[in-house]
Amino acid sequence: MIPLLKVQDIAKTYGGRIGCTDVSFDLYPGEVMGIVGESGSGKSTLLNCLAGHLVPDRGQVLFDTRTEGLKDTVRMSEPERRMLSRTDWAFVHQNPRDGLRMGVSAGGNVGERLMAVGARHYGDIRAEALDWLGRVEIANDRIDDRPSAFSGGMQQRLQIARNLVTGPRLVFMDEPTGGLDVSVQARLLDLLRGLVRQMGLSAIIVTHDLAVVRLLADRLMVMKSGHVVETGLTDQVLDDPQHSYTQLLVSSVLQV
Amino acid sequence: MTETGQYNFAYLDEKTKRMIRRALLKGLAIPGYQVPFASREMPMPYGWGTGGVQVSAACLTPDDSFKVIDQGADDTTNAVSIRKFFQRTAGVDVTEHTGEATVIQTRHRIPEEPLREDQILVYQVPIPEPLRFLEPRETETRKMHSLEEYGLMHVKLYEDIARHGSIATSYAYPVKVEGRYVMDPSPIPKFDNPKLEMAAIQLFGAGREQRIYAVPPYTKVVSLDFDDYPFEASKADHPCALCAATHTYLDEVIIDDAGGRMFVCSDTDYCAKRRAEGHTGTMGTPMNEDAA
Repeated sequence: MIPLLKVQDIAKTYGGRIGCTDVSFDLYPGEVMGIVGESGSGKSTLLNCLAGHLVPDRGQVLFDTRTEGLKDTVRMSEPERRMLSRTDWAFVHQNPRDGLRMGVSAGGNVGERLMAVGARHYGDIRAEALDWLGRVEIANDRIDDRPSAFSGGMQQRLQIARNLVTGPRLVFMDEPTGGLDVSVQARLLDLLRGLVRQMGLSAIIVTHDLAVVRLLADRLMVMKSGHVVETGLTDQVLDDPQHSYTQLLVSSVLQV
Repeated sequence: MTETGQYNFAYLDEKTKRMIRRALLKGLAIPGYQVPFASREMPMPYGWGTGGVQVSAACLTPDDSFKVIDQGADDTTNAVSIRKFFQRTAGVDVTEHTGEATVIQTRHRIPEEPLREDQILVYQVPIPEPLRFLEPRETETRKMHSLEEYGLMHVKLYEDIARHGSIATSYAYPVKVEGRYVMDPSPIPKFDNPKLEMAAIQLFGAGREQRIYAVPPYTKVVSLDFDDYPFEASKADHPCALCAATHTYLDEVIIDDAGGRMFVCSDTDYCAKRRAEGHTGTMGTPMNEDAA
């Protein structure tokens, strides 16, 4: 089986400081991978390198493109990479304001990716937008409201709809539940889990919240100071942590 | 050397004209592409057509006949002052008749009379970047132009339909030039958009923004739209009150405090010509009585 994403020896330094280094893994279609670690451990740097927002100093990120098979996204031309990032990839930001156009209505936000890949029929775009708002549990009559009129949880759901509308194969998520209260978090996680399973998405989720990866991720990668210290199946890593840092991380979770 | 001999023809010095002409040639070679140029300070405020004036100055020759249009009219402040400016600094013939002019500088309108191959139409442009209010970063809009990523332009039209039920953008309506660059045609009414495919050379100058772009003769210019909401060149649904024309772009003029109004051709030269030919609207008087 060909992996969807093959990461080989990625490294990114900021001057003398290490952002992340020696990261290699394969992600297979339909698999959800969690990356956990404390603040400053290099999770977001790694994610940004994978999604093409940062250029890594070393290493390869091979993506299984539809036409040419495995191809290094770091070295592909910019138009190609940007095309990928609005068709086969999706990026869910922690802060929905980074991922949404706040001055454009909810329908326009969802429709943007469709129009970017050539949709030119207003009725179809609107129908698709309505369908997606329904899937992320936003009422149909809010389609012409701007995201600034939405609550934080709704904004995050709208961002997810906007990203998934073109049927991507790989979703990058950077702390998708950060900044939301627990009940909204739970609903969002439930929704995400449903969508990921339904659409057979592959996803890479960066978070510091172990509950999120427990629910969503098949596999887990634990990072500390830019290095990967432990990998394995989610339940295995969380129930039987081997590395001292992972043990600390797991034992730090408050039990209510 | 005589006193007038010390001044250069058409205000700008030859090096500046050369720089502007190079930008114009590049603009013509890449239709719709915004060419940066070193815009000079002109003896008029930004927003009064400094870009258009520089382009006109670089194009004028002593044999040219010059016409200036402001919102279709020849007799408004902007048109009069720019016309006088070139009368004094270039000594060229000026005219109000579209057919007699070889260089026409315009603001907000394309003349109703079809232009010919030996004419140049110069537009004054306030904001050359069609993506300006959609994407605030200039670095990003340049990248979007170079990679031909124009989905965002349709988001604007989508928002129009979602909010108003139809495409409410009525001026500065975005167009795609020769299947490549999306261009802001300057704030002309969308009624004029179909006329952008014409025989004359069209040059666009934005002084404050320091950009020049161009549409060569007979270039394909398509107004953006949706399949189910096609582009429509709209105008007020009235005949001209002075010349009875039903195919021209009309201005609405308030004539009293009791809600009275009239619709007249915005192209004053075209309207006068029709009246001279004997067309008379509901509020118009025949041309010969006017003269008396």
